[in-house]
Amino acid sequence: MQSTAIEITGLHKTYENGFQALAGIDLEIKRGEIFALLGPNGAGKTTLIGAICGIVQPSAGKILVCGHDNVTDYRAARMSIGLVPQELATDAFESVWNTVSFSRGLFGKPRNPAYIEELLKKLSLWDKKDEQIRRLSGGMKRRVMIAKALSHEPDILFLDEPTAGVDVELRKSMWAQVRALQETGVTVILTTHYIEEAEEMANRIGVINKGRLVITETKDALMKKMGKRQMVFVLREPLASLPSVPDYTLALEEGGNKLIYTYNAHQDDHDISDLLEKLSAQNIRPREIESRQSSLEDIFIQLIG
Amino acid sequence: MNYRGIQSIYAFEMGRTLRTIGQSIASPVISTVLYFIVFGAAMGSRIQTMDGVPYGAFIVPGLIMLTVLGQSVSNASFGIYFPRFTGTIYEILSAPLSFIEIVLGYVGAAASKSVIIGTIVLITAAFFVPLHIAHPLWMIFFLVMTSVTFSLMGFIIGIWADGFEKLQLIPLLIITPLTFLGGSFYSVKMLPPFWYKVSLVNPVVYLISGFRWSFYEQGDVSLVTSVTMIGVFTVAALGIIAWIFRTGYRLRK
Repeated sequence: MQSTAIEITGLHKTYENGFQALAGIDLEIKRGEIFALLGPNGAGKTTLIGAICGIVQPSAGKILVCGHDNVTDYRAARMSIGLVPQELATDAFESVWNTVSFSRGLFGKPRNPAYIEELLKKLSLWDKKDEQIRRLSGGMKRRVMIAKALSHEPDILFLDEPTAGVDVELRKSMWAQVRALQETGVTVILTTHYIEEAEEMANRIGVINKGRLVITETKDALMKKMGKRQMVFVLREPLASLPSVPDYTLALEEGGNKLIYTYNAHQDDHDISDLLEKLSAQNIRPREIESRQSSLEDIFIQLIG
Repeated sequence: MNYRGIQSIYAFEMGRTLRTIGQSIASPVISTVLYFIVFGAAMGSRIQTMDGVPYGAFIVPGLIMLTVLGQSVSNASFGIYFPRFTGTIYEILSAPLSFIEIVLGYVGAAASKSVIIGTIVLITAAFFVPLHIAHPLWMIFFLVMTSVTFSLMGFIIGIWADGFEKLQLIPLLIITPLTFLGGSFYSVKMLPPFWYKVSLVNPVVYLISGFRWSFYEQGDVSLVTSVTMIGVFTVAALGIIAWIFRTGYRLRK
């Protein structure tokens, strides 16, 4: 079996109005991973997904889905893909069961009521199977769309902003479902601008901004590379001014009650005991020491500045 | 060929029709009855026979065409416009379906509905006038081909339209005048020479003429011309649709 789920080379997309949504994307997504595409609004996330799934026509570039070119061999390429778009688009008057069965048929798969039943049960939709979609809540509609996307048993699932406008409870259950999917071998590609989502879910993260992939790294590597650590010294007496300690980046917080030392976790040029000695020489004695790690959010802001 | 995909679209579209079966059938039946009362019973009694056919019977093929053309265009245009409007078109575009398969599904369903309604109008007409169908197979051929051609046209309109107004505009501005001026209620040969020539650029003339020939062996143009022109329209419509899917016009961004 091919170890690469998706391979994109030199992908460009300029819309008719001249807007360049994708400015040369090269990306490889491995089978079985959860890949998060992170970026601000208008960064090109949805265009990139659209180009892979056949909804957007690229201006240039090549896309292979499980080794199949998505233009010349579009049937095989699209068979492997399930797409859950960002906007809730459903056939309001259809029943859940019919709409999911319809999706399976579109992809040319023979009827399989047992599979659809299992799918609906897994997504907690089974007791709503005969309900018209317009009578469902927003969260349920979202799950119906996921069921439609999975109805033809795809190898790759695209989730475009799966948890936009979804409450915390439901978001957590969706994350659990995505993880369960990954365990069955499905490759999941999700876009989000909730950084906590990427941090929570993804094995690898691609940060996209203005149509370019700024960075593609495993989550841990990204955190290591870009992650800043901070040592917070909670002081006994507030400091009026910043003590001068050469070679150390220091700052004051909370009216001089906290002294903050910022350093890069992956560099070896820091030495806490040395700093403590130097501080103690200036008669600064911390009551407590806390350590902080920068979140992906900070990394993100740092990257797209 | 993704036959299951075609079948899914077809069944989905036919299901949509079945949900509103009452209004789908009631409106063409009522309007046919009205036309027969006005043109057949009231005015027809004062009109001499047309080419040897009583006027009431003469208008039957035209009336069926009138309904079939309107139904084909509105069904097919709505069928493809609605998923564009709601956004569910994403699924059709991302499915392993070729444009031919998508067209077969949507246009096939719209044309089927038109054929059914055309048949219902024909049955309704049989209550009012004695019907004589000289060439039943040709009658079916013209009924089916007209449904297909105008469903293709409706499909194009449904892709072109970017609002519900436009969806109604074309049938109102183009299709209705073309049908009325295409000889539904009269023979275009009755027109002054200039207007007769103008009528010949109207595709509907060929459809109605051929269809009427299959009933009464009389048409405004020859059978060969009718069949050829229907073929030309079908190929032209398919060509436009092929172009739409190749360029992604209004479908793929």
